[in-house]
Amino acid sequence: MNGETDITGADGVPDPVTADLRLSVNGVPRPVTVDTRETLLDTLREHLGLTGAKKGCDHGQCGACTVLVDGRRALSCLTLTVTADDVEIVTVEGLADGDALHPLQAAFIENDALQCGYCTPGQLCSAAGALAEAADGWPSAVTPDLSAPPRLDETEIRERMSGNLCRCGAYPGIVAAVGQVAR
Amino acid sequence: MSGTETRPDRGQSRERGHGPGVGRDLGVGHSAPRPDGTLKVTGEFAYSSDLYLADMVWGATLRGPHPSARIRSVDVGPALAMPGVLAALTCEDVPGELFYGLDRRDQPVLAADRVRYQGEPVAIVAADHPERARRAAAAIVVDYEVTEAVTDPRRAAFDPSCPAVHDGGNVVRHQPVRVGGDFTAPVVVTGEYEVGMQDQAFLGPESGLAVPAEDGGVDLFVATQWLHVDRDQIAPCLGLPPELVRLTLAGVGGAFGAREDLSMQVHACMLALRTGRPVKMVYGRQESFFGHVHRHPARMRYEHGADLDGRLRYVRAEILLDGGAYCSSTPAVVGNAASLGVGPYEVPNVWIDAYGVYTNNPPCGAMRGFGAVQACFAYESQMDRLAEACGLSPVEVRVRNAVSQGSRLATGQVIDSPAPLAGMLRELAAMPLPPEPSRTAGPVAVPPPAGPARAAAATSVPDPAGVRAPGAAATPDLLDLPGGVAQTTHGEGVRRGVGYGVGIKNICFSEGFDDHSTARVRVELLGGEPHVLVRTAAAEVGQGLVTVQEQIARTELGVERVTVAQADTTVGSAGSTSASRQSYVTGGAVRAACRAVRERLAVLRANGETLAETLERAGAVEETRVYRHRPTFPMDPVTGQGDSHAQLALCVHRAVVDVDVELGLVKVVELAAVQDVGRVLNPLALEGQIHGGSAQGLGLALMEEVQVVDGRVLNPSFTDYLIPTILDMPPMRVSVLANPDPHAPYGLRGAGEPPTLSSTPAVAAAVRAATGLRLPRVPIRPHDIAMDGSRYGNWAGDRSL
Ligand code: FES
Ligand code: FES
Repeated sequence: MNGETDITGADGVPDPVTADLRLSVNGVPRPVTVDTRETLLDTLREHLGLTGAKKGCDHGQCGACTVLVDGRRALSCLTLTVTADDVEIVTVEGLADGDALHPLQAAFIENDALQCGYCTPGQLCSAAGALAEAADGWPSAVTPDLSAPPRLDETEIRERMSGNLCRCGAYPGIVAAVGQVAR
Repeated sequence: MSGTETRPDRGQSRERGHGPGVGRDLGVGHSAPRPDGTLKVTGEFAYSSDLYLADMVWGATLRGPHPSARIRSVDVGPALAMPGVLAALTCEDVPGELFYGLDRRDQPVLAADRVRYQGEPVAIVAADHPERARRAAAAIVVDYEVTEAVTDPRRAAFDPSCPAVHDGGNVVRHQPVRVGGDFTAPVVVTGEYEVGMQDQAFLGPESGLAVPAEDGGVDLFVATQWLHVDRDQIAPCLGLPPELVRLTLAGVGGAFGAREDLSMQVHACMLALRTGRPVKMVYGRQESFFGHVHRHPARMRYEHGADLDGRLRYVRAEILLDGGAYCSSTPAVVGNAASLGVGPYEVPNVWIDAYGVYTNNPPCGAMRGFGAVQACFAYESQMDRLAEACGLSPVEVRVRNAVSQGSRLATGQVIDSPAPLAGMLRELAAMPLPPEPSRTAGPVAVPPPAGPARAAAATSVPDPAGVRAPGAAATPDLLDLPGGVAQTTHGEGVRRGVGYGVGIKNICFSEGFDDHSTARVRVELLGGEPHVLVRTAAAEVGQGLVTVQEQIARTELGVERVTVAQADTTVGSAGSTSASRQSYVTGGAVRAACRAVRERLAVLRANGETLAETLERAGAVEETRVYRHRPTFPMDPVTGQGDSHAQLALCVHRAVVDVDVELGLVKVVELAAVQDVGRVLNPLALEGQIHGGSAQGLGLALMEEVQVVDGRVLNPSFTDYLIPTILDMPPMRVSVLANPDPHAPYGLRGAGEPPTLSSTPAVAAAVRAATGLRLPRVPIRPHDIAMDGSRYGNWAGDRSL
């Protein structure tokens, strides 16, 4: 580094700046001290032992890392953990109610909406977010009538789930599973 | 979902919509739920990237940036000087064999005196934090002398002045096929075709955890397709006997061929043995594009000769496959391209030359469809040209030439199980087409402004989902047009096209390979009830083999509670999870072991005893069996003749597309498929395989290409390497036939790959039908459509009549 630099350590690499955060994940307070450069995905996976959210690209391209932040979808690989203080984070591990699967989880199994399953945590969180958005009246790019609450038909589901890649091509099952719960 | 109609096994109703429940038959033929389904939807399923040990450290790889260079020196000093770095290793540190490889051991564990492709591993480091490991790898100083890169496969194959990528020349395999000698016909169509480099792009990147053991060996937990052949390549490189290298399958985030070759396996083990610490390696997405082999790009020249009625008299073809810098499975890919190079058609005279060559491009190897995909695009494109030259429909020309049971392939091999291709095509053609959008009839009205007013317009377009009521006006909803929200026109240039594609794929390993699998089945009392434990080394990569193994055990033993153990090397090899072979070969092994157990139980069982009572009295019963499919034989090196394949599978696709011919945008409106699978083991899982294979074929047709210029990859990310999204994947109609193959367990036919073959040419044909363009290359890019000078020109029959 070029010497600007009370934060430069002996190896020429900036020493981490850390922050103490009161994260709340899946309804449980999770106080953590993190490097301020760290993404929420890395914090969940490497510090909190919550490896459900997946790293498919780390660049916001695949959706495998999708979690819910205050009920809204967020790509945890593009979210700095320091921005997640004082919000409620829900990961795939938090969708089920005890032993009872979330209806989306049950529908994914029933409709075989997964093969390798690597995209599935992101698909599920994304679908939960999409259901909530529709329930709150958020239109999408394909909503025909902006004055009425959106109905999650196939077109809407495809549009709203289009940020989640599935290389196994389980898309027809995903559309069916989300549609089953949306009804 | 609407628009999808699946009829597995004729008349057997599909079970989607019925959840797993007590009392349902969960044996062979039923939609038993995946045993890993709950773990996968709750996030508890442990993928290789999720593994963790308290004292583990992280590995990282330094990769050479040049497609071809000499290495003058490597200095790991700067890396070792960094805090937290435990090891920095080069080829000097490889304990055993310096090379590995599936077919030829030509790939260095770490590059020694030269690098042969961009991204070749040169050094590895271990550090206490992944970021430190990455920085340390970047700090290693390598002095390269850049040398001329061989990047033109044609030059590599045929120009004697071309530098050799490896000693011994650039042609890895040349396989001719020669049948008959009459290469004259009244109708001749010729074409040159190209297939771009496709990436498997599994969603879970390469990763694993190597743990040093007290006995001097190593335990490797890894996402792979073939544990034993991984081990047999790793152990010599580590200088260890195979029994000291123990592999356990970790959760696999998709494979599609890309995990058949080694990636981080030897590196992680080397670092673990050097540091004495567990070492985890996880590739990022960009590294993943350099970390595994791709599908061979192909350049193909075809000439089809036929009678006036469209019946084929001959096929001549040259198929050139770019294997890149290392051999991988190129010889077997060439064998497939050659033996299946005319497709599932009866052709009395054949002259094929298939080549696989070394270049300094990225190494290529296995991907779903394996050599058959490339040839299929070319021969199906040719069949459409022949149809046009003869004035036949695409379906009719295929029906007239279709193979059936008893037909001979170009290799002389007789198809000795059902191959009802003509009937499959007729059924496909008879399926209803999606509604024709009114917009294709001609110019359309200017749509209303965006916003609520658009609702009125939207109702005028027939929606395949039937959600919006059809109206009278012919105004399109822009969102239904190709490009969706990216549409900048009013749909004036949108044309509809329909295309067909047919594919034939060999199932199981071919050409004399000793293809087998091993299963150990144990029946015992657990909690007072009979329980079956199935153990194999077969890799579940998402395809559902674990489910099928359970189903077979239930059916064979009549026991409901079945567990499939995590695959590892404590049991004999299962062979690779590739070539659509695991249900056949490992399924066969599980069935054989179950039947052996059943025979033992029959002997042990006293009159009137229940199974639980027998097990209580006699103890657990365990049997291990090896299953082999019937032998296959090498192709003659001069004529290509030989019964090289164990099984053949057919799939046919119809694609319906809307193309904006001015913008070059394509929307696949519907895919329909008919596939003969011999016997449906699990209707729901089968449907998933057909969807998934079709999606990957659609991707190859329209968007997927690793762009390589001068040996350098331009697009190693999901921003620039596009795979189909849920918006790109249309509704599918699927019809499944089940004409049993008498040679296979339960009569089944491998199912995972055939749809990947036929969907690509079907989509390409549909785009041609919509545009009138020749489009001899996939993926078809927007500029291939929008900027083609010959637009609307007639591309039919070069030398016909
Ligand atoms: S890992 Fe975050 S979008 Fe891919
Ligand atoms: S299930 Fe494999 S990526 Fe979606």
